[in-house]
Amino acid sequence: MLAGILVSDSVILPIGESDSEDRKLLLTLYRRMLEIRLFEDEVMRLFMQNLVRGSTHLYQGQEAVSVGACSVLRPGDTMTCTYRGHGAVLAMGAPLDRSMAEILGKANGLCRGKGGSMHLTDVSVGALGSFAVVGAHLPFTAGTALAAQYLGTGAVSLAFFGDGTTNIGAFHEALNLAAIWKLPAVFVCENNLYGEYSPLATTTPVERLADRAGAYAMASEQVDGNDVLAVRRVVGAAVARARAGDGPSLIEALTYRQKGHSRTDPGAYRPLGELERWLERDPISLVERVLTERGAASTDELERVRAETAEAVRAATERALSWPDPDPKERFEDVYA
Amino acid sequence: MSELTYREAVTRALADELEGDERVILFGEDVAAAGGVFQATAGLYERFGPRRVRDTPIAEQAIVGCALGAAVAGLRPVAEIMFADFAGVCYDQLANQLAKYRYMTGGQVAVPVTVRMSNGGGAGFAAQHSQSVENWFLNIPGLKICVPGTPADVYGLLRTAVRDDNPVLVFEHKLLYPQRGEVPDGDGLVELGRAEVVRSGSDVTVVATQLMRHRSLEAAEVLAGEGVEVELIDPRTLVPLDLATIVASVEKTGRLACVQECPPAGSWGATIVAQVVGQAWESFDAAPILVSGDETPIPYSGPLENAWIPSAERIVHDLRRLAEK
Repeated sequence: MLAGILVSDSVILPIGESDSEDRKLLLTLYRRMLEIRLFEDEVMRLFMQNLVRGSTHLYQGQEAVSVGACSVLRPGDTMTCTYRGHGAVLAMGAPLDRSMAEILGKANGLCRGKGGSMHLTDVSVGALGSFAVVGAHLPFTAGTALAAQYLGTGAVSLAFFGDGTTNIGAFHEALNLAAIWKLPAVFVCENNLYGEYSPLATTTPVERLADRAGAYAMASEQVDGNDVLAVRRVVGAAVARARAGDGPSLIEALTYRQKGHSRTDPGAYRPLGELERWLERDPISLVERVLTERGAASTDELERVRAETAEAVRAATERALSWPDPDPKERFEDVYA
Repeated sequence: MSELTYREAVTRALADELEGDERVILFGEDVAAAGGVFQATAGLYERFGPRRVRDTPIAEQAIVGCALGAAVAGLRPVAEIMFADFAGVCYDQLANQLAKYRYMTGGQVAVPVTVRMSNGGGAGFAAQHSQSVENWFLNIPGLKICVPGTPADVYGLLRTAVRDDNPVLVFEHKLLYPQRGEVPDGDGLVELGRAEVVRSGSDVTVVATQLMRHRSLEAAEVLAGEGVEVELIDPRTLVPLDLATIVASVEKTGRLACVQECPPAGSWGATIVAQVVGQAWESFDAAPILVSGDETPIPYSGPLENAWIPSAERIVHDLRRLAEK
């Protein structure tokens, strides 16, 4: 067993039934995180070539949060996220090629080219939406949780959002409603220290955002968001609580956005050395270290996974680029059912 | 046929839909135990229980967003916004989330949400509780808009709205709640997008909804005594709009007036005038007119508000001038 693996400062509990299961799980998480990292690198390249319209908000550095959290969900559970949502939607299992095609505005995109980078949605895998108005998806998440509770499906609704979201009204209304109705929801705050260009301390009077759960008598926990196994453990407990009918939770995952807010943002507001310190705790490097130090995977094996993942992302991008643009007439479709 | 008040028609429509489909749930501020501030949901909590009829906090963003999420996850929620003016508190949820969810996801799911709101003025509620809020949504494709003016229409449109697979905003005029009228037996469904010709006439086409429909009918009776025959059309829904019925009437009368309880700028009446002129400008014998509220907020005091909202007398005056042109 990989019991007691030490990643950064957090002690990890046993994660599987046997060594081989642990190894398999860790490799799965690693592969998924890598996939998201390489996908985002590819999106950035395409953006620089002006093949991506509007804006795009990259996820490099935060992969452990969505991959760790979504790894504890089961079929039927649902997830909502923000305009920085490529990672979360892929973590739910959305196909790489159709996700990339949506970002490129292609006819075969997840949303047939109607949503784009900020609105990736794949209902078939439970990724119910990337919402581009801060906090707007939190009442929605209470609604999917209400439906699950009402219909008795046992499904859990999980929402990702940023630190800045905890200052907008919809956050308060949604968490309050979820708490009074004891809804099966898990609210995962990805605290990446900046709301767009503004450091958290300039916009937010509390340092520990998990403390905001106290206003709703809601369970809460803070977790190292760069440690995929820690995220898995903490969110796993919250999902189990929700599924058991014990109500919603607020989880604060501490992480870091390695790129700027959006394309036009070079991140000049960062104090000197901050990025470098976080790069040392890069979530993917941390998993690699665990895998190798514990003998769960050889350097060669990791190299093979990296090569396979790079090839998968490359091939998916090529497919997406080769797909047709939507017919202009399609703009009239999907307004009404 | 049974005679019901507009309020009773709302309650009966909701009860019938709750009865007929387990996926229908109802929530909003004080809609359950208290029966709604206008008593339009009285008795539903007692009959259907706290699981299906729910009081929410005073939190309109949560109400509308929760309805959207619940619909995507398989329910058919009916949400109430107590005063339509509070749509301003949750405008993002209505205009950006509810209206666009289906479109932005490329039609992956249907969004069967009904949002009921009490609309309109005349009751002395002042500027923040009296507006004709349907006008705020004319520029937002993705929402259907019902503006029932009679017990039969509110019953039938509300039932149809709940069964519709799209977001439907149903505006209930607060001054009409006590008004009585016949409601047909049977399901009483009223199709969205079908206007009612309330009164036939050959001289002037008048389009009016809700309270203005009733005042326009009064005005039409007065004008009939002067030999001016008004054709009164109540579109009943603004989205979809039965433009064909209005155009056919203007082709007959050559004159068009839209009578509305809101300022003229950006109003449904202005939109209808533009559309009818675009389709049938050669039919006009006189320039079309709007009979509207003023370009000010709605005032509180009785004499001020009464002067603001078009009265039957003012409608008679404006239509008489139009008929003389």
